[in-house]
Amino acid sequence: MKPEDALLAYTLRLGDTALVLGQRLVELVTHGPELEEELANANFALDYIGQARMFYSHAAALEGAGRTEDDFAYLRDGQQFGNVLLVEQPNGDFGDTIVRQVLFETFYIRQLDTLTRCSDPGLAGIAARAVKEIRYHLRHGLQWLVRLGDGTGESHARVQASLHRLWPYCGELFAGDDVDEIVGTHYGGPDLSAIREQWEHEVHALLAEATLEVPDEPWMNAAGRQGVHTEHFGYLIAEMQFLKRAYPEATW
Amino acid sequence: MTNQEWPLYEVFIRTRSGLSHRHAGSVHAPDDQMALDHARDTYTRRNEGVSIWVVRSDRIVASDPAESSALFEPAEDKIYRHPTFYEIPEGVENL
Repeated sequence: MKPEDALLAYTLRLGDTALVLGQRLVELVTHGPELEEELANANFALDYIGQARMFYSHAAALEGAGRTEDDFAYLRDGQQFGNVLLVEQPNGDFGDTIVRQVLFETFYIRQLDTLTRCSDPGLAGIAARAVKEIRYHLRHGLQWLVRLGDGTGESHARVQASLHRLWPYCGELFAGDDVDEIVGTHYGGPDLSAIREQWEHEVHALLAEATLEVPDEPWMNAAGRQGVHTEHFGYLIAEMQFLKRAYPEATW
Repeated sequence: MTNQEWPLYEVFIRTRSGLSHRHAGSVHAPDDQMALDHARDTYTRRNEGVSIWVVRSDRIVASDPAESSALFEPAEDKIYRHPTFYEIPEGVENL
């Protein structure tokens, strides 16, 4: 694989991950437990959709084939989406959402932080903007994790169950393929094994603070980056793409 | 599990450095730290601020509206407290 092709694939995967997680958070709009959390969630959703747009626009420029951000978002099939599987997992209850966000964002913030120093100026610029947004998301999510974990008996039990459900998807975050490797060598992209070490260290400390146990479930082999998704993904993408595909000329 | 509502916090935003914090509104939050987050998410989405204060509404000591005649009306006829009796010398631009 040529380095340019790897960079394009890598940028698209970043866009896919941001878009799919943004779409998941959009599903929660009007379902917030309190008005203030409702606003916080909608802000987070918009942050992710904004990031997806920047990644897709950059991918379109890298590709130079005349495709637009909308083509990437709405006119590709499920197998062409390279998001990690953790972000496509359903929102579940409030604890499930918080756990998914924390597990992903403790990884994503490190990925973005490395990318701010990568040698592709477009990607570095997007990462520099995104990393600030994610820093705030995490600050918010971590407070909730501690409050739920170290809260009532019920909140503790439920968030511990969320953690067990989502834990198996974490391994994929660190299981890169040749795209990650080439972007690492040629553009200064992140070293996933180094991130894994930092992530485990941080997450174990966070869980201890939240009085939660580190799950002993093994990490599953997952291939979201290669377009192999979980059963939940088809519904998500069908809802997201329906309008554009049914009414291609629609504007609003 | 208790079914208590979250307490109310008053939110004060400083819009720019050098200006004072002004009351922006209020939010509900389970504790002080989350109140700050909620204030950020509710009142600074459009770049309105550089600093936020939050304070629990029940910690604010407020004057009693029933006492307003004793508190405020005596000032109504003390016009000499307003600096309106000075003649501004000619040539002074800023006073």
